[in-house]
Amino acid sequence: MRPYAVTRGRTRSRRPLLLETLVSIPPEDPGARADLTPECRDIYVLCGGVRSVVEISTELSMPLGVVRVLVSDLADQGLVSVHATTHDLERPGSDILERVLRGLQALPR
Amino acid sequence: MDSRHSPADPTAEMISTKIVVAGGFGAGKTTLVGTVSEIPPVHTEALMTQASESVDDLVDTPAKSTTTVAMDFGKITIDAGMMLYLFGTPGQARFWFMWDDLVRGALGAVILADTRRLADCFPVIDYFELHCNLPFVVAVNRFHGLATHTVDEVREALSLGPEVPVLSCDARERGPSTDVLTALVRHVLHGQQAGRTQPRHAVSG
Repeated sequence: MRPYAVTRGRTRSRRPLLLETLVSIPPEDPGARADLTPECRDIYVLCGGVRSVVEISTELSMPLGVVRVLVSDLADQGLVSVHATTHDLERPGSDILERVLRGLQALPR
Repeated sequence: MDSRHSPADPTAEMISTKIVVAGGFGAGKTTLVGTVSEIPPVHTEALMTQASESVDDLVDTPAKSTTTVAMDFGKITIDAGMMLYLFGTPGQARFWFMWDDLVRGALGAVILADTRRLADCFPVIDYFELHCNLPFVVAVNRFHGLATHTVDEVREALSLGPEVPVLSCDARERGPSTDVLTALVRHVLHGQQAGRTQPRHAVSG
């Protein structure tokens, strides 16, 4: 695959998509449209199981930059939901940090 | 748990976060990621842009430094609506931690120290302290149970302030490795409560 052919030459995405940003299919699943490129369809199908940007990249063997552009396109079309990261918060509040703590403390040792 | 979560749709309000596992070559970064992750660590290589530059101007500054960075990542389900990702690197690239994609958005970093090669930690500590103001803890990885340095000796050797937690752990053991992550999150929490500014990586976007 020529990476920047599938993004029609664009190298930037419009949304901040970090490695850990989660992508899912919206609750009201719009269904894959027939006019999606194979790459977009692959991402759409994969995100039925919720994936982070880095997981999409590794599972589909697609460069990160390409994943970012295509996920951004899919999100603009309402086909996928892009979720927040703690980086999106003005500052991750103590409620979020305490939630991480509780999760870690609940892990089997 | 966020009360807005609807059990019928656990993905509606999902959020993710990230911790960076840093340290010198052979300090056990990949081991620690694999020990605490609920999936086998995924090894990948990604084209990355160097930090401290704007990340969204590839077209405007074609000469900007990019390289392929090897990394391992794992993840931990914090609760039904939250995932924690861990990123480490096999360590062949000495300054890998400067790559923006790995560091941007991280809650904080674990710096693994190998007491045989403590000096390897200096560039990492300098980077997190001076460049991106990212909170970190230092974990002395005790391979084979060897306790050649006390935690205090490591703190002194690395010129760490009293506010930086220094722990010892065996990166192969889940409990102690999880304790290191817990110590980091507590450290971030205390830093906030003490009114320190929440670190923001220098990169915009």
